[in-house]
Amino acid sequence: MIDLNHYLVLGAILFSLSVAGIFLNRKNLIIILMSIELMLLAVNMNFIAFSHFLQDLSGQVFVFFILTVAAAEAAIGLAILVLVFRNRRSINVRDIDELKG
Amino acid sequence: MTFDQFIFYFFSTVMVASAIRMITVKNPVHAALHLVLTFFTSAILWVSLEAEFLGIVLVLVYVGAVMVLFIFVVMMLDINLVKMREGFISFLPTGILVASVMLVELVLVVSSRFFYMPNPVPRPADYSNTEALGKVLYTDFVYPFEIAALILLVAIIAAIALTMRRRPGTKHQNPAEQIKVRAEDRLRVVKMEVEKDL
Repeated sequence: MIDLNHYLVLGAILFSLSVAGIFLNRKNLIIILMSIELMLLAVNMNFIAFSHFLQDLSGQVFVFFILTVAAAEAAIGLAILVLVFRNRRSINVRDIDELKG
Repeated sequence: MTFDQFIFYFFSTVMVASAIRMITVKNPVHAALHLVLTFFTSAILWVSLEAEFLGIVLVLVYVGAVMVLFIFVVMMLDINLVKMREGFISFLPTGILVASVMLVELVLVVSSRFFYMPNPVPRPADYSNTEALGKVLYTDFVYPFEIAALILLVAIIAAIALTMRRRPGTKHQNPAEQIKVRAEDRLRVVKMEVEKDL
């Protein structure tokens, strides 16, 4: 049988990969959004693993709510992305500098 | 190596490989497709962890809806791929350094003996994960469930309100004016004498 540690390490690998993805694709807004989705997946993996090993359904309920919020976040994020592209003709992060932050 | 271990190692290898491809590939469409593969493999791992309902939901909601939305947006936008890639090499050392430090730290914490748990007894064959989850969701978590529904409603309204625009020159109709119109506004009944000298 597989231990709990294996699943937690898998989640850690996925989380680090998505952080690396945000660093590597700093110019591309779409890949950054995809990396955030991957990050949420890594967190969900931990929740499911704990829920299985503790025999507690609350972890799965939490994953259910994370999936809901992530779907809403993806929809609004993509709407904002379409809006940015319509106004600037580009989704390069470097071009989005109106706030001069 | 038992069959369980084979399943776990095979699918986690596929998952990590497709995640690596997702963050390094040049074309955003290919990145989205690799992310689909990652989600699909992770759904299989969730099913092997006795979370059948969430595995199916992941395939239906993520692969079926969210990733299709991503691919739709990627294909709709005309993106200059060469400009997007600039800086990839210069950010590579920093990205790898930060990610590997995070990975080492997480693995050091997570693989300690405090995170060891004995394997639970497998559920009986007639155990329904969906039924159990529904029972918990509609009793203990009913208020969060309704708030989640409200969040989805807000997301729908926000996505439509953000992307809807009135373009000049379109020939759309105004239903209010159409309903308000009366017969006498458009129709004139003319009374005239019948001509008799035929």
